[in-house]
Amino acid sequence: MNRNGDKGKMFMKRAAILGAIQFGLLLILLSRIYYLQVLQADKYIMMAESNRISMRIMPPPRGLIFDRFGEPLALNNQNFRAQIISEQTSGSVMDALDALGQIIPLSPSDYAYVQKEVKRNRAFVPITVAENLSWESMASIQLNTPDLPGITIDEGLTRYYPYGYETAHLVGYVGLVAEKEMTGDPLLELPGFRKGKTGVEAQYDLPLRGSGGFRRIEVNVVGREIRELEKNKGIPGARIDLTMDIRLQKYALEQLKNHSGSVVLVDVTNGDILTLASNPSFDANIFNRGISNDDWQKLASDIRKPLVNKAIAGEYSPGSTFKMIVALAALESGVISAATEIYCGGHMELGSHRFHCWKPEGHEYLNLFDALAVSCDIYFYEVAKRVGIDKIADMAKRFGLGARQGIDIPGERAGLVPTQDWKRRVFKEPWQQGETMLTGIGQSYITATPLQLAMMIAKIANGGKDIKPHLIKRAYTEEPKNIEISKYHLNLVKQGMTAVLNDPKGTAFYSRIPMSLGGMSGKTGTTQVRRISMKERESRLLTQEELAWEERNHALFVGYAPINNPRYAIAVIVEHGGSGAAVAAPIARNVMEKALRLKSADADNNTKDKTKGTQ
Amino acid sequence: MSVFSVTNPLRFRKSELSLKDRFKNISWFYILIVALIAGIGFVTLYSVANGSMEPWAKRQLVRFAFGVGVIVFIAMTDLRVWIRYAYVLYTLVLLLLIYVELFGHDAMGAQRWINLGFIQLQPSELMKIALVLALARFFHGTSLHENENLKTLIVPLILVAMPVILVMKQPDLGTAVMLSISAGVVFFLVGVQIWKFGVVGLLGLLSLPIAWNFFLHDYQKQRVLTFLDPEKDPLGAGYHIIQSHITLGSGSLFGKGFLQGTQSRLNFLPEKHTDFIFTVFAEEFGMMGAFFLLALYVLLIIFGFYIALRCTSFFGKLLALGLTANLFFYVFINVAMVMGLVPVVGVPLPLISYGGTAMLTHMISFGLIQCVYVNKDIPMGRSGAAPEN
Repeated sequence: MNRNGDKGKMFMKRAAILGAIQFGLLLILLSRIYYLQVLQADKYIMMAESNRISMRIMPPPRGLIFDRFGEPLALNNQNFRAQIISEQTSGSVMDALDALGQIIPLSPSDYAYVQKEVKRNRAFVPITVAENLSWESMASIQLNTPDLPGITIDEGLTRYYPYGYETAHLVGYVGLVAEKEMTGDPLLELPGFRKGKTGVEAQYDLPLRGSGGFRRIEVNVVGREIRELEKNKGIPGARIDLTMDIRLQKYALEQLKNHSGSVVLVDVTNGDILTLASNPSFDANIFNRGISNDDWQKLASDIRKPLVNKAIAGEYSPGSTFKMIVALAALESGVISAATEIYCGGHMELGSHRFHCWKPEGHEYLNLFDALAVSCDIYFYEVAKRVGIDKIADMAKRFGLGARQGIDIPGERAGLVPTQDWKRRVFKEPWQQGETMLTGIGQSYITATPLQLAMMIAKIANGGKDIKPHLIKRAYTEEPKNIEISKYHLNLVKQGMTAVLNDPKGTAFYSRIPMSLGGMSGKTGTTQVRRISMKERESRLLTQEELAWEERNHALFVGYAPINNPRYAIAVIVEHGGSGAAVAAPIARNVMEKALRLKSADADNNTKDKTKGTQ
Repeated sequence: MSVFSVTNPLRFRKSELSLKDRFKNISWFYILIVALIAGIGFVTLYSVANGSMEPWAKRQLVRFAFGVGVIVFIAMTDLRVWIRYAYVLYTLVLLLLIYVELFGHDAMGAQRWINLGFIQLQPSELMKIALVLALARFFHGTSLHENENLKTLIVPLILVAMPVILVMKQPDLGTAVMLSISAGVVFFLVGVQIWKFGVVGLLGLLSLPIAWNFFLHDYQKQRVLTFLDPEKDPLGAGYHIIQSHITLGSGSLFGKGFLQGTQSRLNFLPEKHTDFIFTVFAEEFGMMGAFFLLALYVLLIIFGFYIALRCTSFFGKLLALGLTANLFFYVFINVAMVMGLVPVVGVPLPLISYGGTAMLTHMISFGLIQCVYVNKDIPMGRSGAAPEN
């Protein structure tokens, strides 16, 4: 029994130790609970909240764009997208993609894209895997949601341009947001979100974008929405109405078919741009969907430069269309009058240089009216020589050449109006008188964009009102300033321009518009492509048809209509088109006639927009 | 040692306890506390199921009702029956363990179950009791002097090693640890020198690298690594323990209220109806609730100590305290595990975690403790029958 007694005592001793150990362990548990539930409670309460609550940003619908008559130019079409949320996938993102790949075809580039985006974005941000899903694909993904954790179907909107080809340069297009375009707007961080990249879409991106709404939702562990806690609808993008008449735009592009060039048609009373066509164009919708490399290469390498908006970014020698400015400079400075006659013998000398008129046999004696009508070069060489480059440049600038017009789309170029200072600054050489003479016929250094030429004509046509071009319809509250110029001198020039189309000896007589429509005044222009001018001189005998396309002359025409109460000004440039009279004038005639018949500028009373143009 | 020698029961010094006496001797207070804890379990399972008796609370309730019957039934048996059949039971459960090793039903990559049709039997759970019974039976007959002799310990060490190795092979680290702990507690209580525990502990530490490289499964290594640094992979392996912390911590002092736990309701919590159920309760009832629950367990444990000290037979003492210690370490390891104090080893919270075999095992265990209490004064010889003197 003694042994049992020892055992019992030992048991008591050990039981006491065991109890003490257990008591100690219990204290550890209690203090740990106290630590977690009292000392650290705030931290964990916050973490529980963030577990539970998920913010979902809702992109607002992008503002729609209409032409001046309410014809839609940019719409939002419904689009089913398959998205992946990396934090909600059960395994790896790639496993989730494999599962999705069983239902819809996925390419290796889709995998690469998702992989890249997953790294770039926070884990709760949905990443678009596939877009424009068919109804069947969408339904079958929906059906298999339980087997596709992390994959969701998003019913989004995709930009669609009903006139993708006609408006590509003007309305522009939207594209994925580049890293450097992030501004802090959470909308831009949404994968698959698109912002305006060119044209009106880019210029008015902020109002078109609107501001993002958000939903605070309670979610469970797989991200399934349990309930909505808060919702803010955001502000949908603003609607934009353009001054452009899509019918005219479309017609202008049809006229330019097979040509590389542009047509600009403006309302001379207020600067409304009714047409801003640049051909060849491209379908803006292919940029929306994500352009393929082949398509891109094709567009980028085309020598006719379909990606360039030639109407605002093409800089051309104005050629004979510049003669009105030279005439105005001369008239205003008093070196000529309407009666001043100059003899054209087909050529004239300056030092050892011989300057040719386009008509080798010469025009004999002519005054300003005749000189404009037949576009005599000798007359304008002489006049330019008399008035000097700086006065010509000054007049050109008064009519808006050599500076950006401030049109409300990006990419406009300024052209160039040379002066003596300019040449000294750029070439470190003095200005040559021969260069003044060449500037007299719109050659040498001077360049202008079709938009500038159209605006120049508009300001001549409207009697010197310094209007500004714009694409967005707005209220015209301010009367435009007047250019300092004599109405009499303007009328002299306008008479000459009228003769160009309406006098049988005029260079564009065959492109006149019937008086029943009001008639048209204008000026042709044919410019040598400077790069090949030496070759031209050596091979005078070559006709335009014999030259390679890119060596042919540019064909230009500027004009306004109706003659007596001008409403529209037009500028047409056909690159390497040949003669202005033969190629550019007929296009201008057709587009102008269309504008007159459609009454493009007048009939804007059928739009819903509140703003109204002064008539 | 005459392992299977059964002496005549008529030679008992005291007269047999009648069934009525036995029933009266049961501590109903003890059973009330057990019922209270189980009640907390039902409430929590109801909450975990988003306020529904299905699929867990109802079945758990039925099992508990059955379990109360088991407690009372076992409490009313003669303690000497248990010492008599201790080795038989141990052998039976060991055979079942071997059976699952060979034909076991595969659940979650581990072979732990025998499908009896009406119940998924988990022999490793039963082994926790059988092992304590067998060891208590063994040490009931040894002297302190013998216990201090290493030679005496060979047989009990084999008794421990066989099931532990089998359970490890399943693999079920949690149960293997629990078996080792309960065996360790019995060895400790019978007076094995403390330095020997030190040696075993040292050997254990030294064998860690070997176990790490040759015996631990990848997921087990992962659990240990996760325990050491849960933040390392917050969306991967560390996810559970971090979410478990958030669940507990966000409950704060008074909890979010019944059925108001967001973490568990929204499924951020893993294994919320089994191993991590403590956090669900603590989220909804806060630190006060957690302390209250632990207090109930402490009452059971104190009662277990009291029974062990009060009991005259060494077998009864060892059985009561061995099983009570078992209960303590269950609670401790589970709660410490969900709070990130020990690695996640898959130990359920007694009476609260959903699970049939675990519930049954605990009820048998409580029944045996009550049986010791009812038979506290019963005389018992060295071999488990009446004293031989």
